[in-house]
Amino acid sequence: MSIWEYANPKKFMQTSGMLLPGVTVLAFAAMLGGLIWGFFFTPDDYKQGATVKIIYLHVPAAMMAINAWVMMLVTSLIWVVRRHHVSALAAKAAAPIGATFTLIALVTGALWGQPMWGTWWEWDPRLTSFLILFLFYLGYMALWEAIENPDTAADLTAVLCIVGSVFALLSRYAVNFWNQGLHQGASLSLDKEENVSDVYWFPLLVCITGFVLLFVTLVLIRTRTEIRARRLQALLARERLA
Amino acid sequence: MIALLIRDLRLAMRAGGGFGLGLAFFLLVAVLVPLGVGPEGETLAKIAPGILWVGALLACLLSLDRIFALDFEDGSLDLLATAPMPLEGAVAIKALAHWLVTGLPLTLAAPLLGVLLHLPDGGFLWLMASLALGTPALSVIGAFGAALTVGLKRGGLLLSLLVLPLYVPTLIFGAEVVKRGAGNMAVETPLALLAAITAGAAATLPFAAAAAIRINLR
Repeated sequence: MSIWEYANPKKFMQTSGMLLPGVTVLAFAAMLGGLIWGFFFTPDDYKQGATVKIIYLHVPAAMMAINAWVMMLVTSLIWVVRRHHVSALAAKAAAPIGATFTLIALVTGALWGQPMWGTWWEWDPRLTSFLILFLFYLGYMALWEAIENPDTAADLTAVLCIVGSVFALLSRYAVNFWNQGLHQGASLSLDKEENVSDVYWFPLLVCITGFVLLFVTLVLIRTRTEIRARRLQALLARERLA
Repeated sequence: MIALLIRDLRLAMRAGGGFGLGLAFFLLVAVLVPLGVGPEGETLAKIAPGILWVGALLACLLSLDRIFALDFEDGSLDLLATAPMPLEGAVAIKALAHWLVTGLPLTLAAPLLGVLLHLPDGGFLWLMASLALGTPALSVIGAFGAALTVGLKRGGLLLSLLVLPLYVPTLIFGAEVVKRGAGNMAVETPLALLAAITAGAAATLPFAAAAAIRINLR
């Protein structure tokens, strides 16, 4: 029993089909629970008022935006090294989801920034690097779309993802250098004595879990769709030959 | 390798375009910006470092698709890929040729445009230094982007979408050097980081670009 068994599309379809309903229900339960708890049953912040509650969308979306890219990097590496098609398709499936999370983080950040910082947009390192991350997602998806041969597309996007990761990381530190930040530091570090107050922390934790599960659900659905599309093409090709 | 370099340079000169076009574009940017933002010397002096770097970057971008496209079409790229010389070396040489016909002229012409944009006196030396150090990175990163899109019919627009985000660190450090130079501040840190990016890109990206070309030729 090894994880590479799931590189077999049939096995992957079986297992993911079995997992999907449970994960979906859990994702929606956690998100609904966390968001309702966060929006209606936590006190307003003494400085930020009700706007503090956007944290329940903003922080999980931002976390998943980065994690989605990391997942794409890992699956791309697996594709390059072991040539498992499911892996490449999972990377393809994750890209639009990651881009959407990035956009959610940017938009909720702008909505929060307007009343709090007095501006929709500030060229702050974190904001800027997220915008750059969004551009990376766009380029990655555009390359997938542009190439017709699926294997060539998988190879080239994998190379782009690997090189892009290095440059995304470089950009992250370069923008730090270029402008000092307005964005508050990390409020959820594991190694810090004081984090966000527990009142906000527990619903936030539920929301983060919900977003992670949502991401897993969407990636599974989209990967399954990609596999089915691939099978359909194979069927069509076979029919044309016959 | 040297024969390949000379061949590429000759082609760039003779085909007309690659060589002069980037420079003309750079000049146009430097002329259009004052027309857009107004002729006040102070404003121009303030934005000159950024404009010059962005202009150089865009001028570099213009000719990127020529690095491999022509060779791909007439099949010489296949020959290069099967030649005894490693493809990585060929990519590096082609990036060098691209730099010699775009980055180097841009570096030499930049001070002239700096005058047009009222760049403060302290900035000229660092403008040339940062462009000389930074534009090779633009060429190598661009060669990687060109290698990714070489198989596509209309890859030009996609190429810019792929390459521009990769240019971010180079641009930031490059413009920072000029900005600090113009303000008479210490430039060592961004200059060293810029040099590090160029060195790192030149050392590693030819491998990625060669891999992409092999995939495209498959």
